[in-house]
Amino acid sequence: MKDITARALNMAQVRGVTYADIRIVTRLTQRLAVKNGKVEALEQAETQGLGVRVIAGGAWGFAASSRLEAKEVERVVAQAVAIAKASALTRTKDVNLGAPISIKASYQTPIKIDPFTVSMAEKIGLLLKADAEMRRAKGVKVARGEMAFVRENKIFASTEGSLIDQEIVESGCGIAAIATHLESGEVQVRSFPNSVGRHQQTRGYEFIVEQKLAENAARVGEEAVALLTADPCPSYDATTVILDSSQVALQIHESCGHPIELDRVLGAEAAFAGTSFLTPEKLGNFRYGSEVVNITADATIPGGLGTFGYDDEGVPAQKTDIVKQGLFVGYLTSRETAQQLNLGKSNGTMRADGWNRIPLIRMTNVSLLPGAWDVNDLIADTDDGIWMETNRSWSIDDKRLNFQFGTEIGWEIKSGKKTRRLKNPTYTGITPQFWGACDAVGNEQAWVVWGTPNCGKGQPPQVAHTGHGAAPARFRNVRVGVIK
Amino acid sequence: MLGETKIQELVNQVLALSKADQTEVLFQGVDAALTRFANSHIHQNVAETNTEVRVRVVYGKKIGVASSNDLSPEALKRTVDTARAIAQLQREDPEFKSLPQPQPIQPAAAFVEATANFTAEQRAQVVSVLCRKAKDKGLVAAGAFTTAALETAVANSLGVFAYHPGTYADINTVMMTDAGSGYASFAHPDARQVNAEALAREAIDKALRARNPIALDAGDYTVLLEEYAVTDLLDFLNYLSFSALAVQEDHSFMKGKLGEQVMGDRVTIWDDGAAADTIALPFDYEGVPRQKVTFIENGIARGVVYDTATAEREGRQSTGHSLPAPNTAGPFAMHMALAPGCTPKSEMIKSVARGIWVTRFWYTRVVHPMRVLITGMTRDGTFLIENGEVTRPVRNFRFTTSYLDALNNVRAIGDTTKLFYDDWSGAARRVPALLVDGFKFTGVTQF
Ligand SMILES: [Zn+2]
Repeated sequence: MKDITARALNMAQVRGVTYADIRIVTRLTQRLAVKNGKVEALEQAETQGLGVRVIAGGAWGFAASSRLEAKEVERVVAQAVAIAKASALTRTKDVNLGAPISIKASYQTPIKIDPFTVSMAEKIGLLLKADAEMRRAKGVKVARGEMAFVRENKIFASTEGSLIDQEIVESGCGIAAIATHLESGEVQVRSFPNSVGRHQQTRGYEFIVEQKLAENAARVGEEAVALLTADPCPSYDATTVILDSSQVALQIHESCGHPIELDRVLGAEAAFAGTSFLTPEKLGNFRYGSEVVNITADATIPGGLGTFGYDDEGVPAQKTDIVKQGLFVGYLTSRETAQQLNLGKSNGTMRADGWNRIPLIRMTNVSLLPGAWDVNDLIADTDDGIWMETNRSWSIDDKRLNFQFGTEIGWEIKSGKKTRRLKNPTYTGITPQFWGACDAVGNEQAWVVWGTPNCGKGQPPQVAHTGHGAAPARFRNVRVGVIK
Repeated sequence: MLGETKIQELVNQVLALSKADQTEVLFQGVDAALTRFANSHIHQNVAETNTEVRVRVVYGKKIGVASSNDLSPEALKRTVDTARAIAQLQREDPEFKSLPQPQPIQPAAAFVEATANFTAEQRAQVVSVLCRKAKDKGLVAAGAFTTAALETAVANSLGVFAYHPGTYADINTVMMTDAGSGYASFAHPDARQVNAEALAREAIDKALRARNPIALDAGDYTVLLEEYAVTDLLDFLNYLSFSALAVQEDHSFMKGKLGEQVMGDRVTIWDDGAAADTIALPFDYEGVPRQKVTFIENGIARGVVYDTATAEREGRQSTGHSLPAPNTAGPFAMHMALAPGCTPKSEMIKSVARGIWVTRFWYTRVVHPMRVLITGMTRDGTFLIENGEVTRPVRNFRFTTSYLDALNNVRAIGDTTKLFYDDWSGAARRVPALLVDGFKFTGVTQF
């Protein structure tokens, strides 16, 4: 592999590039899915290839191929350079990456149990057990469960002298029960540990064992059925909402994580994902949230789904303050965007979805730091409000201001106690007003580093795996119950 | 591009390696390039060559799937071995009967040499026009231009062999002032059909008119949904309602409604993978020919799409709408169309006393599956219509509305249609504009 990288970089230099990097990536994915007692999918997928990124004529070019033979590598390098020269036709300024970076290193996700050595039989057995438990509740129409395991081996080499190899391992799992009532048209779902398929971390099979899928499955099935006849979430223009930690994680992802991507702020995603309300003049002086809101982007959290050794520009993983006591103080940056805003060095957030995609600024582990509240005290301290748990739908505008979320389940809180169950809870708001009305954050004991294995960005489309540490948090004056 | 002969050799090689009772090989090849621009210059410019085989093996009623993009003889053997090892650990699937038998497939012309050979310079020239036009008017241009050649082949040990080469070009642009934006897009199998001047004109016109929007109150409005927005209606109906799996699992409103009026009586929706005016793919990922399936005919529910698994469950034939194995998502319509009507957009506007002209939707998500209740935002050109005229731009709305209700409240249907290609799913859509009453805007954003 190292001879391929050296040769490719050499060929690029001969063709007159001012910068080139090459990534050779092999990704092994194992996927299991069960539904209603049946194993629907058992799959192992392997994809490998190389991607070459160059700057020529002051502009970017990138080409990628699944074939690693010498002739193909030569073709790919030539294509990347030709593409860069075409880009240069519309150039306004030369790309500037700042000071060169030369790092020789390797990184490996620390894991206890290699998930690829655990037998399929054991994995299937666990999923089927949870599946059967969920279906014990009468009224569950569909029970499903899944696991996913990823091992990505990648080599990064650049004309600045970097040579980095990394092995990232991920394990993920989840179960869900869907209860339906045809006459009333009601479809209710409960998921565990998180919705949209699964919860995931950069850990080994020990992560799966810790999730206790089977132990939680009966409750998941019962709650889905109970929701069919639950009262609908009432409509209020302003009430108090406590979000569970997984919903806080998604709220961070959508309303903080995306708008702090500096490429997006500077317009790179304008035609697709959109831009950002967190424009550069706000850095360091905009009140994003209340005093209790502290957010960091930290690619070094053990087990976080956005944890790695080096990003796909070869920049070391870092921890960056994003919001400090409510004040907006930091962006996620790349080498190029850090220069565009005179922010000094990149904070290391460039990641590519495999060998055939360029790195983009992606969330690492963007987390709301723990607060002071024991969760029971938080509920006891709330006179009148709604606890909302586990995301069901999410939508936010293209500057990341107006959002609307739905959760699977809600509980009314009256006089400091969780009372009746509520179906179809929704809440909506405007990002800085919402975070500005956050008055309590749960403590360390309730803090979970959730994994989001499905973050879309870019053209051609890329899916990133991001992490979000979060504890339950309370928000005042929230509009709820949008569905009539 | 490997070509039919090489691909046939390759899949036969894989079939020969397998000792399973039944074996299926899916080959997918892509040669794609995408030129992306923002701030009126090209900032990302990429190309990709990839070929992948996916092997499904069947031992009795046990099924395993493995895939790899390494096509060396050793890797092909490893992939077949992995699929076998997985199948042996698998539980029996009592519902499984057989992989599909061969059926005649009508080839569909969808490959355009000029698109396959389109160069980075050619894409840059098109993009240059958009950037220059934007600069001339003091606007900023962003967008992306894709040209791609795809090869799809399916073979199985029962004698199925299907091969299809296709191309597509897809371009979109957002033009921006600092107080508003406009949008235009175009998709076609032939990249030479892209008219940069026309796209620039449409998006620039919108962006200039969209400056300094006023905030209107949320509420129920009559809306003129341009084709960009209408395509989203079909996407959600496809995903939530028009697949046999959704019906079988009780979360489609189509359940028990076949033959009944479920939408406005001028609404007709179908899927046709071999149509001349789509980006065709005449068979599915199991090698079954895609049949034309009518979902809604003059408002009456007529049918849903099937793959082999969902068809077996009802003792019927697949309609040729499978996704690649192992598929947990159910059948999927990839070539939907909504029948045009007879009303030009200009006439629709004239008929509206007070309403909203919506260019496109953004970030739409399901709130309630049975009701096809969807939330999302408007984006890149939202205007107030008063007394038959477009009077001023308005801030973007959040809607939480039933797409099913919308298709029950259609007042007029556009007289022309527009083609779309979705690079996430590979699906093509062809739709007209719609004039719809009672569309529920539930919130407003700050721009
Ligand atoms: Zn995301």
